[in-house]
Amino acid sequence: MLTLECPYCGVQADETELSPGGEAHLKRFGPGSDIDDFEGYLFMRENPKGVHFERWRHAYGCGKWFLAARDTATLEVFGTYPAQTTEPPQALREAISAKRPGWRWRDFA
Amino acid sequence: MSTRLAEGGRLIDRSQAVKFTFNGKHFKGFAGDTLASALLANDQMMVGRSFKYHRPRGVVAAGAEEPNALVNLGKGGTFEPNQRATTTEVFDGLAATSQNHWPSLEFDVGAINTYLARFLPAGFYYKMFIHPRPFWKYIYEPFIRQSAGLGKAPKDRDADTYEHFHAFVDVLVIGGGIAGLAAAREAGRAGARVMLIEQTADWGGRAVVDGVKLGGKDAGVWVKDTLQELETMPNVDLRRRTMGAGVYDHGYVLAYERLRDHVPEMDGPRHRLWRIRARRTITATGAIERPLSFAGNDVPGVLLASAVRDYLVNFGVSVGDRTVVVTNNDDAYRTALALHSHGLIVPAIVDARPQGGGELAAAAKAAGIRVANGMAVAVVKGGKRVTGVTLCLQAGEGAPLEEIACDCVAMSGGWSPVVHLWSHCGGKLSWDDDQAMFRPDAGRPPTGADGAPMVIAAGTANGHLATAGAVADGWAAGLAAAKAAGHAGKTGTAPKGEDAAAAAPLPVWLMPQGASYAKRSKAWLDFQNDVKVSDVQLAAQEGFESVEHAKRYTTLGMATDQGKLSNINGLATLSNALNVTIPQVGTTTFRPPYTPISMGAIAGVARDALFQPVRKTPIHDWHEANGADFEPVGQWRRPYAFPRKGESVHDAVMREVKNTRTNVGLLDASTLGKLVVTGPDAGRFLDMLYTNMISTLPVGKCRYGLMCNENGFLIDDGVVARIDEQTWLCHTTTGGAERIHGHMEDWLQCEWWDWKVYVANVTEQFAQIGVVGPKARDVLESLGGMDLSKEALPFMQWADGKIGEFDARVYRISFSGELSYEVAVPASQGRAFWDALLKAGEAHGIMPYGTECLHIMRAEKGFIMIGDETDGTVIPQDLNLGWAISKKKDDYLGKRAQERSHMTDPNRWKLVGLETLDGSVIPDGAYAIGDGVNANGQRNTQGRVTSTYFSPTLGKGIAMGLVLNGPDRMGEVIEFTKGKDVTVKARIVDQVFYDKAGEKQNA
Repeated sequence: MLTLECPYCGVQADETELSPGGEAHLKRFGPGSDIDDFEGYLFMRENPKGVHFERWRHAYGCGKWFLAARDTATLEVFGTYPAQTTEPPQALREAISAKRPGWRWRDFA
Repeated sequence: MSTRLAEGGRLIDRSQAVKFTFNGKHFKGFAGDTLASALLANDQMMVGRSFKYHRPRGVVAAGAEEPNALVNLGKGGTFEPNQRATTTEVFDGLAATSQNHWPSLEFDVGAINTYLARFLPAGFYYKMFIHPRPFWKYIYEPFIRQSAGLGKAPKDRDADTYEHFHAFVDVLVIGGGIAGLAAAREAGRAGARVMLIEQTADWGGRAVVDGVKLGGKDAGVWVKDTLQELETMPNVDLRRRTMGAGVYDHGYVLAYERLRDHVPEMDGPRHRLWRIRARRTITATGAIERPLSFAGNDVPGVLLASAVRDYLVNFGVSVGDRTVVVTNNDDAYRTALALHSHGLIVPAIVDARPQGGGELAAAAKAAGIRVANGMAVAVVKGGKRVTGVTLCLQAGEGAPLEEIACDCVAMSGGWSPVVHLWSHCGGKLSWDDDQAMFRPDAGRPPTGADGAPMVIAAGTANGHLATAGAVADGWAAGLAAAKAAGHAGKTGTAPKGEDAAAAAPLPVWLMPQGASYAKRSKAWLDFQNDVKVSDVQLAAQEGFESVEHAKRYTTLGMATDQGKLSNINGLATLSNALNVTIPQVGTTTFRPPYTPISMGAIAGVARDALFQPVRKTPIHDWHEANGADFEPVGQWRRPYAFPRKGESVHDAVMREVKNTRTNVGLLDASTLGKLVVTGPDAGRFLDMLYTNMISTLPVGKCRYGLMCNENGFLIDDGVVARIDEQTWLCHTTTGGAERIHGHMEDWLQCEWWDWKVYVANVTEQFAQIGVVGPKARDVLESLGGMDLSKEALPFMQWADGKIGEFDARVYRISFSGELSYEVAVPASQGRAFWDALLKAGEAHGIMPYGTECLHIMRAEKGFIMIGDETDGTVIPQDLNLGWAISKKKDDYLGKRAQERSHMTDPNRWKLVGLETLDGSVIPDGAYAIGDGVNANGQRNTQGRVTSTYFSPTLGKGIAMGLVLNGPDRMGEVIEFTKGKDVTVKARIVDQVFYDKAGEKQNA
């Protein structure tokens, strides 16, 4: 059972007080968008073994959504950060690089 | 015969006799006995029958690894099957019965299977019962089910209570042997918050039984001293009878505490499940002795050498007068020496090693015990108990050399560290060739949230079988764990253990090494599931080369003991049969729990009323007092109907509909979701969430709105009211309030975080009461207050004001098609307002109505219901709700998806009304039958029923359904399924059955 630190309230939250929200940093495609772009937005996911970025909500806590960087194989948590961003913070990316040299996730590295 | 010796037994209290029964027979034991030791003290050698061949079986082990001695315990509400006699502490009045036999333990009909063993090889059931196919379901399976299973499932409700405890510690130490004690003490000294748990009632583990020396002291004295120091430490929590059940992600550990299994008369919960978060977990879980695979190794009276020693030293029980010790290592010599020192006879120590043992062997010889090196047991004599052994050369094929009369055989095939908890969460193992065992690989440990190792194996569990290594390893683990958890206080030095110089063990996986088929098919690997050496060899021969396949094919290690005794012997047998090394075969996966835990402990207090929270409206008590028939809606309990005395629920629903349509009804609508959305960007936000235009709604007005997800599917609906320039109140479905609130938060926080909008869920802040029916206005007006006339408050408008003395917000909205006012008052005034309405309505024939009446009235009016007309695959267009989808908006959630080709397919099933020709009610979910058959030979379908009711207003069955090209086929008659080979004809009609013009709701 995972623990993730909520970046808003600072609580080391147990998985039972969190709700998962799937992959992070999806770019929304709306009306008028290309069918392939829309399909990618709705259905295509990274599903990697290794470094992954995902959405969580501190549902039974402060209610805020946040993002987490995690290794899907070892469950190591590299960090959590507020959801109001379109890309992972630079410091976090460097921290991941220190532990997983050469990692890549979509366009991020 | 097995008996209680006149003296000895360090765990029993001879001054305290306890009486218990086994299969109805009365026995006497002592306080401190386990059920197994007490049975052996009474010469009850046979304790059960095996699973497949119903062979007589006796106690093999003295601890949690016991495969044979499983019993039913208790009666009625405390009945429990499959309890291990070796871990059950006896108490006065304990009642146990043996399992898996008929008609009796001594004479069992199923034992015939042992003579059929040649015809019941591995995979027998798979091979035999596969053809003809239909026989499986109707003949084979019911028959096999009847004869399968150990024990019986309890029939009564569990009379006991259970609970969960949460704990957060720096260092959790699992196992209270010398390594665990050393670890806990060092971590405690360093200042860490420590929890030390031990699965038995007794500290010290094997070291105390074996009488080893630590720091010049007897192990017993060392353990006592260490415990004394631990007990003075405020930062250390000690728990006996608490088993480390499982290790999970990020340092989460479950432990299982048996609080009063041994004192059933005590008050309080029976078991406690500990949910622990530990920064570091030390697994000092010891090791389990392996049996040796020789013919007849399952005859009652053949025990693990360590178990024979345990019964002797701990309980003063001698399993036999004459015990032959069979071994491949030095440790079993301790059993021979212990027996000898108690004046019992050891006719021979059969040591498979040609060169024999070390210092302990020399001591045995010095004591005058015969030691036969390079020898093996060819076969054990006896049926229901051991009468003797035939010896042969280990190197040969089993030619008999001599017979020795004995009534007990103490066997030792070496020791396997208990690596289960290390392995649960990803810890890897390495094969130790010298000691012939798997041990934790410290280089590949389970890791935690920070990527660092979270489990440290210590002591015997880490492969240090000798005293000195085990206790030093435990000490080091305690220090390392405390340091990793951030505690580096002043600590002591490593305790020094002393060991006799030992000779290397010899891996012996079959005895003798060249045993014939006849011998191999009587050499048991898994005692509980009756798997023999010959079965694993057959599996390998038939191509089940993966250990996971061989396990499932033979059922090796799949019984309730999960192969604690059998796994390594089975792996080795498989590796020999495949001619590969043991590490190449690998192990099967270790899964929690370590030993079975009770379902009650898993549930904890979450049963009955506490199973899940029940949400109650402010008017709930009135419903309860007035005979409401409740139904669960989400976590709410809503009245389904209010049956009167002598009235059926159905009749009550019919009455409620008729009364509401002719007089006036009262509905507790408090459960409806109420979300306040406010802020400068609230209108823009709601335009994105709803399919229709919300921002243009004038203040004071209401509008019905639809919400879709990005897939285009309808997820919720409800009436939205514009409160002021920046504020809207969104009604959601009863079950949808929290979900839709979350949906809004998701989009606000993660996509449009720069939009200035707040959402508050005020569902429980208001009681909302529907006053519905032609006389609704009369009732409300009789209370006095605000103007509720058609002119002052027309349909689809709302107003704040006073009704009588109540602060009210009145919405003129209708889900029934009647003149209807939904009145929200502060929750605290809800009940008083309800009472006032009932009183005021008396003269007008007011009656409360429930959810079924609500459903019928909305169906008569053709209104959809989320969850009936929608199922996660339905878009608003399917429901002819195009009028509620804005054409002017560039974007809303779901708009792009609704443009996809599948969504615009003209052949999507669409909503229509349905009227049966015979007036009957179509079954809910019934399919409309189409022409022809599909690829599976089933009839094609062309629609399905989504809502169906008997309408008391129309006096016939009405329904709504999704039908292929439905709206274009008005008047057409189609057929719906109604049970097997029966259909019902229905005409496609407009879905609005009642007051199409809407005159009543607008009145």
